[in-house]
Order: sequence, then C-alpha cells, then structure tokens
Amino acid sequence: MLSLTDVCKGYASSEGRVTVLDGVSLSLAAGETLALTGESGSGKSTLLHLCAGLDAPDSGRIEVAGHPMGRSDAERAALRRGTVGLVFQQFNLIPSLDVAANLAFQARLAGRHDPRWQADLVATLDLGSLLVRYPEELSGGQQQRVAIGRTLAARPALVLADEPTGNLDEASGDRVMALMLRLVAETGAALLMVTHSPRLAARLDRQVHLRGGRLT
Amino acid sequence: MTGPMIALSALLSHWARHRVQAALLLIGLALATALLTGVQAINAEARASYDRAASALSQDKLPRLVAERITVADYVALRRAGWPVSPVIEGEALIGGQTLRLIGIEPLTLPSGVAPDIGLAGDPTGFLTGKVILSAEALNDPRVRPAELPPGVALTDIGVAAGILGPEISYLLLTGDRPAPPGYALIHPATTDLSQLTESFHLNLAAFGYLAFGVGLFIVHSAIGLAFEQRRGMFRTLRALGLSARALTGLLLAELLVFALVAGAAGVVLGWLIAGALLPDVAATLRGLYGAEVGSGLTLRPVWWLSGLGIAVLGMLASAGQSLWRLGRLPVLAPAQPRAWGRESARAMRGQALAGVGLIGAAAGLLAVRGLWAGFGVLAGLLLGGALMLPLLMAALTRAGQRLPDTWARLDAGDVFINEQLALRRGLAPGDRVEQGVIAGIYPDYGNPMPQVILSWDRHRALYPLPVLRYALITDIPAAEIRAAFPRVVVEDRAAIRKASVAVFERTFAVTAALNVLTLGVAALAMFASLLTLSSRRLPQVAPVWAMGLTRGRLAQLEFLRTLALAALIYGLALPLGLALAWVLLAVVNVEAFGWRLPMLLFPGDWLRLGMLSLLAAGLAAALPVHRLARIAPAELLKVFAHER
Amino acid sequence: MNVKAIMLILMACAVSAPASGQGFAGLGSDAGGFEMPRPGPFDFPADHGPHPTFRIEWWYVTANLTAADGTEYGAQWTLFRNALAPHEAGGWASPQVWLAHAALTTATQHLAAEKLARGGIGQAGVTAEPFGAWIDDWELSDHMAARGEGFAFDLALHATGPIVAQGDGGYSVKSAAGQASRYYSQPFYAASGEVELDGKHVPVTGTAWMDREWSSQPLAADQTGWDWFSLSFDDGARLMGFRLRGATDFVSATWIGADGRPEPLPPGALRLTPLRSTTVAGREVPVEWRLELPAKELDITTRALNDHAWNALSVPYWEGPIRALGSHPGRGYLEMTGYGGTK
Repeated sequence: MLSLTDVCKGYASSEGRVTVLDGVSLSLAAGETLALTGESGSGKSTLLHLCAGLDAPDSGRIEVAGHPMGRSDAERAALRRGTVGLVFQQFNLIPSLDVAANLAFQARLAGRHDPRWQADLVATLDLGSLLVRYPEELSGGQQQRVAIGRTLAARPALVLADEPTGNLDEASGDRVMALMLRLVAETGAALLMVTHSPRLAARLDRQVHLRGGRLT
Repeated sequence: MTGPMIALSALLSHWARHRVQAALLLIGLALATALLTGVQAINAEARASYDRAASALSQDKLPRLVAERITVADYVALRRAGWPVSPVIEGEALIGGQTLRLIGIEPLTLPSGVAPDIGLAGDPTGFLTGKVILSAEALNDPRVRPAELPPGVALTDIGVAAGILGPEISYLLLTGDRPAPPGYALIHPATTDLSQLTESFHLNLAAFGYLAFGVGLFIVHSAIGLAFEQRRGMFRTLRALGLSARALTGLLLAELLVFALVAGAAGVVLGWLIAGALLPDVAATLRGLYGAEVGSGLTLRPVWWLSGLGIAVLGMLASAGQSLWRLGRLPVLAPAQPRAWGRESARAMRGQALAGVGLIGAAAGLLAVRGLWAGFGVLAGLLLGGALMLPLLMAALTRAGQRLPDTWARLDAGDVFINEQLALRRGLAPGDRVEQGVIAGIYPDYGNPMPQVILSWDRHRALYPLPVLRYALITDIPAAEIRAAFPRVVVEDRAAIRKASVAVFERTFAVTAALNVLTLGVAALAMFASLLTLSSRRLPQVAPVWAMGLTRGRLAQLEFLRTLALAALIYGLALPLGLALAWVLLAVVNVEAFGWRLPMLLFPGDWLRLGMLSLLAAGLAAALPVHRLARIAPAELLKVFAHER
Repeated sequence: MNVKAIMLILMACAVSAPASGQGFAGLGSDAGGFEMPRPGPFDFPADHGPHPTFRIEWWYVTANLTAADGTEYGAQWTLFRNALAPHEAGGWASPQVWLAHAALTTATQHLAAEKLARGGIGQAGVTAEPFGAWIDDWELSDHMAARGEGFAFDLALHATGPIVAQGDGGYSVKSAAGQASRYYSQPFYAASGEVELDGKHVPVTGTAWMDREWSSQPLAADQTGWDWFSLSFDDGARLMGFRLRGATDFVSATWIGADGRPEPLPPGALRLTPLRSTTVAGREVPVEWRLELPAKELDITTRALNDHAWNALSVPYWEGPIRALGSHPGRGYLEMTGYGGTK
C-alpha cells in the first residue's frame, strides 16, 4: 500500500543545510497499521508529509497503492482526494462550515459521498447531537472525532495521522484513538500514525523509530 | 455538487460567517465603481451635449465677421461682391413661454453639412417659408418641431428670427477661405469651442473619480487581505484534502469575480444615482462658467454597465493581486505558520519601499520632461511612490512664480503684456518680442484656452486701424445714472458681475464639496477595513501582554491611543505629499493641459481642520475593533497559546 | 443644411408636379395654386423678367467659343427660379428660391459651379427693363459673367437676330398628355470676351444661345429625363430639338431659318438616335448622336467636345458643347438629364 525506498530530504537553514531524512526505506501492506515514533524534530512529520504528497523528497522513491508519487501538484492533490486520508494534530476543520458539512466535505470533494456510511460514522463517532454546530463550538476531542469522520467518510486506502491525540487530554485521546483504530479496521485501510507516545504506538500492528534521519 | 463547487461553497461559507467583512468588500468596490462611473457618466453626458451642440450648430465652428451694424443691404452687397458669407440673426427670445437662444440661419448660403439636416428634420419648404422652429425643448408654439439640438436653443429660418429679434444681422459666417472684407472684423471660432473650454473642469471631475476609485480599492484590498489572512487555515486544509494549488487559485478568482460582478452592478446603479444627483449642479456650473448648455436628464446607457462591471473586475483583480500572488507562491505547508506569511509580507514591504523610492525618483526625473503625459506621470509616480513609501516623500518642490511687474507705464510706452498661455506656447519671457511689441510682463489668465496680448489703446489703433467693435470704460459713476443718460449703452455693474461670478463658483464648489465628502467617506471606510484587518492580525501580539496582567479594558485603551497616534503620524506625512501633489497639479499638469497656471495658496487653517477630521475618522474607525478587544472572550486570547493558529 | 436634399425636393416639385394637376389646366392653376401656362402672345419686355406665380423658370445661356489659336470652349450660365409659393414678397419672407449653374468646358476639362440664394432681399433676381439677371457676383445682361473654383468667364453678348418663340407661338407642349411651358429663345447672340482657366486669361469669340422657359408642370409623371439640342449651323440656320424620355418618348423640334423665322415641327419629325455612349460619373451617357430631319434634308452626327462634360452639382446632369458633322455642319450644345438613376 505504501512503499518508501531510500528517501532523503533536507532543508536549508541559517546554519547551513540540515538533513532530516537520510535514506529511509519503509513498506506498509494493505490493512496494516504502523506507528512512527521519534523525538521532536526527528523528521516524523516530514516523512508523513512526503507520504501525503504535501512535499517532495530530494531523492528516493515513494509509491502509494502501487503507483509512484506523482510529480505535479495536481497529481498529488488527486492522490490526497482519492487514496490517502489525513488526520492532523490541529484537526483542521473548516471553521465556516458546520459539523455535518465538515464531515461530508472530503467525500464530496472525492465524489464518493455515501449518506448511509456517513450516518454510520455519525453514530460510531457519537456526533449526532453536534451536526449543526460550528467547529469553534466544539471541544478538542469532538473536533478530532469530526476530523476522523471526515477522513474516513471518503474511504481512503491509506490513512496518515499526525499526532491525532497530541492536543487532547489522555481520556479523550484514548477514546479518539479507539474510534480511529476501529474505523480503520472496519474500512480495511492501512494506517501510518506519527506519535511520540510509546503507549499509543504499542496499540498498532508494527512500530518503527526514527532517529538521526534513519529508521531503527 | 461537483468537487470544485463543494470547495467553492466552502470558500464562500467564510463570508456568511463574516458578514461585516463581506459588506465592506462589497461596499468598498461598489463605492469605488459608483464614484468612477458616476463621474464618467457626468462627463460623458456633458460631452454628448457639446457634441450635439457642435453637430447641430456647427456654424459655431465657422469664423465670424462682425461690425458695429450689419444690415440686410450690407449682407447683399458683400454677396454681390463675391464674398462667401452667410447671415445669422441670434438673440434671446421668448418662444412658447420659454426664453431661448434663438438662432436664425440662412440655409441656402450655408455650406453643406453645417447646420442640422433640415431636409430630414422637417420639410425644407416649411423651414424656408418660416413655418418651422426647431428645438429640443417642449414649447407651446405650433411652429416648434423636435430636433437634436442642445438645450435652451431654437433654430429657425433667418426670416423668422428677423421678425422676432429685428432685422439687424448679428454676424456673418465666413464660409470660404477668405480674409475679412474691409470694415469687418474676423472672430476665429476657437473661442467658442465648448469642449476645449470645459476640458479642465472635466479633467478635475475625472481626477476626483479616479481618486475615489483608488481609495475604494484600498478598502477592497484591506477586506481581501483580511479574508485571506483569516482563511489561511482553510486554504491549507483544502490543499491537504486534495485541492491543487491551481484549482484553489482558480476558485478564489471565481469567488472574487462573483463579488466584483455583484459590487459592480450595485456600483453602476449607485453611480447613476450619484450622477443624477450631481448633474444639475454640474450643468449649472458649466452654464455659469462657460455658457455651455448641458441637459439635466441622464440615461442609463448600456455601455455604463459594461464599463462599470469591467472597472469593478479590474479593480478587484488589482486589489486581490497581491494576496493571490502570495498564496500561489507559498508552499502547501507554509500558510499554517503565521511567521511564513509574515516573512512573505515583510519581503513584500521591503519591495514596496524600494518601488516607492524608484517611483518617486522616476517622478522627479519626469519633472524635467515637458508634456501633459509627463505631468500625469509625475502625479502617478508621486501618489503611488508616496503611498508605498510615505516617509521618503519630502522632495523640495518649489518654484518661484512669475509676477506681473507693477508698472503699467511700460504699456503706454508701447510695450505689451502677454498671457501665460502665449508665453508657454511660444516659450516667451519678459524682454522677448511678439508681433505687437516687447513683452513687459506675463499675466496669469485662468480658464482661457487662447493666447492673448494686452496693449495700449494707442498701440492697438496704430496696429489695427479697423473700426472698434466694443468699447469698455471703467467709471466711478453709478450704473443707474449712466443708463439714464445713455439708454443704448450697455452698462454692467461690477458688483453685480462679481456677485454672479461668486454664485457660479459657489456652485462649482458645491459639486466638489459633494465629491469631497463622498471621497472622505470612502477613505474613512477604508481605514475601518484596515484596522479591522490589523486588529485580528495583532491578536498574537496582544495576547502575551494580556497574559502578563494588563486588563482587556486597558489594552483596548492603549490600542485606541496607538491608532490615534498612528493617524496623527500619517497625517503629518500625508500633508507634504498632498501639497506636493497639489503643486504638480497646478504647476505641471494644468500648465501642460491648458496652458495656464493657478497660484498655489496655502491654507493652514484647513490643514488643522483636516487633522482634526483625520483623528476623528481614525477614532471612529478604531471604535469597533477596540470595542471588540475590550470585550474579547479570554478564550480567544488563550487560543493564541493553545495552538499556533 | 443639406443643399442636395433641398434641391432634390425643389426639383421634384418643379419637374414632377402631380399629373392630376393637368385637370386644373383649364382653370389656369394647379393644386398648389400655381398658374398654368396658356397659349398666347408674349408680353415683352415684362416676359424677360420673372413670373413668380409659376412654379419654375429659367434663364439659360450656352456659348460656343473659340480662342485665337483655334482652341474651342463651351460656357454655360443658368439661373433657375423655384417658387415655394405662387407669389413674391419683400425681404426674407420671399418664397422664391434662386439656383444658378455655371460651367466652362474644353476638350480636356469641364469645371462647374453652383449658387443658391433666396429672393426678396436682392441677392438674386431678374429685372425685365433694362434686362438683368444676377445671383451674388454672377450676372447676365448685355454680358454674362460667372466664376467658380478654377474658372471664370466674362462675355459680351450682342443679338444679331430676333427673339424666337418656340412651339406654338411660345407655348411648348412637353407630352402627349398636354404638359407644356412658355418657351422662347434668343439663338442669335454673338459673344466675345475672355475665359479664365487655371489662372490664365484667354480672349475668345463665338456664338451664344439663350433659352427662356417657365412653367408649373413641364413634365408628365412618367417622364424621367430629356436630351436637348441647340444647334447653330454654318449656313446661319438654327435647330432646337428635344426628346423627353418616358413610357413613350416625346420628340419636339423647331427649325429656325437664318432670318430668325421659326418653323415648329410636328412631333416625331426629328429623329434622334444615340450612336455611342460613354461612362461618365458611373453612368452610361450617349455622347454621339445621329439627327435626321428629312423635311430639311438634314442628316448629321453630333460629337461632344468633351465626353465628360458632367455637371457634378446638387442635381447632376450632362451639359456640354457639341459639333455637328454631315449635311449641316455647325456647333451647339447638348443637355442630357435623368441618366444613371442612382438619384
């Protein structure tokens, strides 16, 4: 489902060039869940962004669902619309749309809105009473449940999650995590999750650790 | 709904949640469009009136022969001697209950295409036999037939005019390329060319329109900047959810186009209303100043819609260009961080400052170049350069005006005075020579499109032994006494003339004052829009101060004072810029465009009033954002810390 | 003012007054109150002057001239009177409108000019005794003078024969339906003076012919134009002949003996046949004709001095000098109107 071969990425900074990823190779099968752990600044988020096509590697090869990562912005945007779903630490809901519209947004954008599946998601995520509210009126846990629902409503083959519980207290974090894993399993999607918490990482099928730009 | 429509509706949903912003954007653009369209409509209407006058009364373009008295026998004698002349009897007459300028022409001796096509307007037989009076006015007279003529004018056969006004011929039109016959003086037609005469007035109106448009665009720029700022997160999310950069830019363009069309349509209607409201005053001014007749009716021409909507779209693109360009250049991930946007802004600001220096430099360079366009170039360079880089605008722009020597004695000695128009046109200076003598001085001659020379009576008689057509004596004897003693003498009371002139100018200023108020209103709205933008951008800076223990009320107070101080500072910088602009208008643009120069007078009292107004406007504009800050929910401030916006 | 529009309307009034007007002929006036021509003797000198109660009238002089070096010239001086109402009044109120044409023709050049004036104020008019016709600085009396762009002429006129009444004692029928005019000529003028062309003054001598005609309805409704000949033969005789083109052509002619005695010829006696046409101002105009008058054993061909003698004026028409070759050699003038029809 996801395969990285010898991926390198660096940035220019005031102290010269900083290498973030130094020959990372990784593969993830369909339906598999993988936790990516590492210290702050170890390059976890960068790796995730490369997988989502939000950024391009300096060298190396990335394949998603058997296809090499597109070169153009339009191709990579299409990949995000159709195949890959993103869950962010900051939720990133659209503030001027209500919960119902946010939930349906990506599925509609991808052209595969399914009202029944949407209803299932609302029930599973317990969002029924919040549908007409706006994101600013929700708690962090509620917002992240909407964000997860939005991602899975489009039935992505690969879910990329960046510290999905990083902004939540432990109790809501655990609840959100449980819901996400349940829905990922239900839809058969593969999951690559970035986290700094070994406790959360342990709940996934496999764990890799990023240090000094390399996987260990 | 398709994908792009979903994304567009998400973009538009922002406006539903930020109605004040949407209103500002629409009002700003609509006002900008309205003022420009309105002013252009007024100018177009006036010019159309002149064109009608020119085509209907193109005999006004022929040179005229005048003499103290021209009888029909004089006219026939000239014709029988082979002179190509055509008689006109013209005067004020009461026709159908209305006083009109009655023009009696002799169609058979007018060249083809000079007077309106009477063959089509009515029947030539009827016209020649005095059964027809042509006029655009609805008059209670059975002879009157409608015609495309300027308002207040009636055109008829000379026979009809002679019956009403008396048999004496007012003047003869010289229809061939011949000099004046002996005993007649030739008046060249340029002095009656309305469009030339009124051009400066229209230029001023147009300048007002463009100024208002520019200020309106600042509102739009602010509102769009704010909307982009607030939707940074949304843009990032949309990109993350699978919208390509090009698609996002395209959707934003579509959104702006929708706004531009809505605002443009409103602007056209508003502009039409403004023009309709101002036109009577403008018409009165033009009539008073130049004797130019302009109808007070206004038609909403289809071309207005086109030009109005076009103006709105162009203005919108100009205002949004910077924001769109920045959006397109930013990587997907960067908009999440205010610092990235800020870095981009800082870079743009430095660029602006540089461009400002460049523009002002170019303006200064253009000062050395003669020509109207160079003058406009200077103006544009100063305005834009000053706006982009306010503090650098302190160029020393002064030039000593030429003064008329106070020695009239030199006139008696045979020297002459020339007007500024002649001096500029031929590059003459005192001491140079013209055909009439040595130039003793140059005098300013406001509003006159023609070159002119003043010479002494003796010198005039020596140079031009023609009969004198008009005498003018200035006396201290009361007008009534002279009238009683010499009934046929036209006596004009200087006090009355002065009163009439002042009335005319008052009306001119009524128009300018109305436009002034509108422009100032637009400017205040622009300030309000910027402060609104600023207040949301400043939240991350205000929050830490609040966290350190300053109350929200005290914060708001400080913000208010800061805004006032800023307004005072900008006022201090804008004043010299305004004066420089005024100087360029008076000493460069006006001179190049019309050949005469207005003295630059300074009114410190007005500056003080303007300063107060600026502070008041700034205070009013700051009131809402500051009020919001004073009552902002602590949670909003906390959000600044909770996540990195 | 669109002079052309005025002229078209005036001329239309003049040349195509309603045929129904004929019904009033017996009463002596038409629907517009204009007087209708009646047969009878002329009243000279009054008839040399204007007849304001008739709709249209003209004083029409053409001259065939020769310079000392043999160069041939033709000169035309014409004054039309058009009445907007059947009366005269003083001052601007006069309903009489005057129109004049002048032209000078050589083998290579044809220059024409036009003038318009209103009556009543003295700018244009005609006096009968002593005879004088004028418009602005153009004059016709014992001399004819006019000038236009690039040309001028001033010719003394001296009658060498009597005035000739055309048609039936001066009553000239113009159609089978009875349209008619009062018409007399002075075909025996000796002319001498000078012409001016492109600034050069040239002394000339020759002959001139004056036509005087007035009417209120000279043409029938279906008549579209005419071909009009005035010829002075070397043997001293003169011939006036015209063809009015209509549904059926109407041809009329007068033979004038060298002694000035007119012989009105019956309709159809003169045969007119166009021989060659040329394109002038975009119109096909016959410039070479055969004229046959068996009663006088006349069989001649006429050729234009200048095929392009086109008066491009508000009412455009062909008017130029011609030469007669054949049984009766001589010179004269040809006028052709109504050709081309672009109107």
